[in-house]
Amino acid sequence: MSTVPDTTTKIRFAGDGTAFDVTGVQWIINPWDELSLTRALQLKEESNGAIEKVTVISVGLKETEPVIRKALAIGADEAIRIDTAPLDAYFVAKQIAGSIKDDGFDIVLCGIDSSDYNGSLVGGMLAEFLGIPSVSSISALNIENGEVSVNREIDGGKEVLSVELPFVAIIQKGVALEPRIPSMRGIMMARKKPLNVKAPVEADSLTEMISFEQLPAKAACKMVEEDNVKELVDLLHSEAKVI
Amino acid sequence: MEEKKRLMGGEFLLKETNAEDIFIPEDMDEEQQMIYKTCQGFLETEVYSMLDRIDDQEEGLMRSLLQKSGELGLLGVAVPEEYEGFDQSFVTSMLASEAMGAGYSFSVAYSAHTGIGTLPILYYGNEAQKQKYLPKLVSGEWPAAYCLTEPNAGSDANAGKSKAILSDDGKHYILNGQKMWITNGGFADVQTVFAKIGTDRVLSAFIVESSWPGIVINPEEKKMGIKGSSTVQIFYNDVKVPVENLLGRQGQGFRIALNILHMGRLKLGGTVLGAAKKTITQSVNYANERKQFGRFIGSFEAIKYKLAEQVIQTFITESTVYRTSGYVDEAITELIAQGKEKPQATIEGIAQYALEAALLKVFGSEALNYVVDEAVQIFGGMGFSAETDVDKAYRDSRINRIFEGTNEINRLLVADTTIKKALKKGFDLVRYAKHIIKEMNGAEEAVEPTGYFEEKRTYIRNFKRIALLLLGIVSDKFQRQLFEEQMILFNISDIIMNLYTAESTLLRVEKIENNKGGDYASIYKDILDVFVYDTAEFIHKSGCDAINSLEEIEEQEVMRERIRKYTTVAPVNIKNARTRIADKLIEDNKYNF
Repeated sequence: MSTVPDTTTKIRFAGDGTAFDVTGVQWIINPWDELSLTRALQLKEESNGAIEKVTVISVGLKETEPVIRKALAIGADEAIRIDTAPLDAYFVAKQIAGSIKDDGFDIVLCGIDSSDYNGSLVGGMLAEFLGIPSVSSISALNIENGEVSVNREIDGGKEVLSVELPFVAIIQKGVALEPRIPSMRGIMMARKKPLNVKAPVEADSLTEMISFEQLPAKAACKMVEEDNVKELVDLLHSEAKVI
Repeated sequence: MEEKKRLMGGEFLLKETNAEDIFIPEDMDEEQQMIYKTCQGFLETEVYSMLDRIDDQEEGLMRSLLQKSGELGLLGVAVPEEYEGFDQSFVTSMLASEAMGAGYSFSVAYSAHTGIGTLPILYYGNEAQKQKYLPKLVSGEWPAAYCLTEPNAGSDANAGKSKAILSDDGKHYILNGQKMWITNGGFADVQTVFAKIGTDRVLSAFIVESSWPGIVINPEEKKMGIKGSSTVQIFYNDVKVPVENLLGRQGQGFRIALNILHMGRLKLGGTVLGAAKKTITQSVNYANERKQFGRFIGSFEAIKYKLAEQVIQTFITESTVYRTSGYVDEAITELIAQGKEKPQATIEGIAQYALEAALLKVFGSEALNYVVDEAVQIFGGMGFSAETDVDKAYRDSRINRIFEGTNEINRLLVADTTIKKALKKGFDLVRYAKHIIKEMNGAEEAVEPTGYFEEKRTYIRNFKRIALLLLGIVSDKFQRQLFEEQMILFNISDIIMNLYTAESTLLRVEKIENNKGGDYASIYKDILDVFVYDTAEFIHKSGCDAINSLEEIEEQEVMRERIRKYTTVAPVNIKNARTRIADKLIEDNKYNF
């Protein structure tokens, strides 16, 4: 699970554009990870006890704990925080693999992307380091009679796969409709659930940030009356130049 | 560590306190923030997509929304665990009220259910009543309403004509009467109904179930705002209320009603905050999107003024709400330590701050009125369109100045309670006034204040002198006729209200600076600067209005001179301060103070 800036955050850069300025930023659970967690909890509830527990694992410093506790409040049974800053995808995948390789698990669900750096790399690398298969772009994940099946969004259609355990499920939109809101009871219970802090394993970071650039400011929105199709077509043709 | 020194209710006029001794919103812990976000998440997922359907009062919708919020535990924030609640502090339940305050009509249903609907039973119910009703109120299975107002008993609640006569077999009260403006009344299952027993001259309270025979619920009222909230008249025709459903003791009803109102007034300060913050965010979103003359309208000073002032009014209200809520929590803790049961401690804790509650109710509702009014103005023609949320916010806001005791009643209460508290504490207002007029020649002011906060503290100390001076003069002059002097009392209440809110903001900003440093606090100092500057002028005018209204008193000139002196504050470049506040809002594109 990644901790990312709230999606309405104004992005600023520090250090001559080489680092993200975190001043005043509100942190949230990466939306794709939140969907993964939601589906994991649903699967556990549907499993009649066959799924023993849902563990959240995150690589981050102590400041990320409120976000991890939110995952516990939503319903995860326990959490692991690997006590180091997440440097890049390779580093994070190494940390997670190092932490869980000896634990028993059946499915590792992770978001396809984190909404901050959008690398889309951790899931695949993690499977590689663990020596198990991964399936990406999963839009549905179901377990029936012990059989695990997943849907993948592919060009022009949908692919349904049957999967053997253990595997890494790289989660796309669609796997769960809405993320869950922590209930009062969940919030109260979160403080009693284990949040284990683990030391990081030795790992390299393979990425160096050279610079960030701001997007150009958004141009003003042009409103067209709903019955004025001609104007819309003209604008799309002559101004936006998309048709 | 030195123990926190809590100011008792009303003591703020006579005493000063340290920044470290008050609670500020920035003190919220992680769990409290999570609860706040849960409420926001609930509104975003369940309520905002249905606002039109809610306003159309779609059958069963509000009831199901209350039930859904109950499933998340949000109806039981303040209820003890033995009744399926979460036993949270007053501050936390205030925070939940604030968050839900952004929910338009849903917010009204939520406040009515969790506040005036649930609390009479929680605070005054006996064990059997609590066991029977509270878990179902907490789950939302039984929505609740509070039936006090009658056609001829609004502000004058004790004038109600509803009657409860004990049946011959002594097993029931036979209830007859008519109630109106009953929030949630159209779908509530449980009602707290106030009526006079037999020939009593005072009210008693009863727990009544809507399904009992003889209860007739009128169609929904057509209202200016909060259209989605159920508001009905209810008639009671020979309704048999079991004697075990008498709430509290016979004749205790007015006391119950008052204490529930104190709580409701405090909570209203919180709910208006949620609405104000949401409306400000909508205002700045629009100002950042709408272009005229080739520029975003937010870049014009005319709009920046409005945005800044919306923020200022909201921040001041917020500072005051949480300072007071913190006091209430401390009072409750102390009372429990003295051996009181929690319900009793909570009632007393809140009642101790009845003055602050009345003041917050007025200030908060008027702050929100400002915010929504300027939101419509910022939206221009679009703001007048019924398709925008600011239209709804504008109409919904208006009721806040009317319910939970009109702002007029509450202004009178502020002055009245202050005088009573002073009497009770043995503080001689009349003598104090004479002392200010005759004996003080500015000796106390000879020392120039040093430092930013010390300077502001001096100003507020002076504002308090004006309030006390005026209270002394009018209580001396009018004696028992004082409460006919409503115009003058309003002037004095306005002064008290503004100095308490200014002081609360001063203490909050000081605590922010102590915790996070001067750079971080600088935008908050801008807010404080502008508010104290404006308040000084306002207090000057209110003070002079009062003095000039008093004929045939000596030394009017001296008093005017004192008021001028006590409202003299250093000049502030308010244009720059307001611009910085607006610029932060514009940059963040949401209320983030």
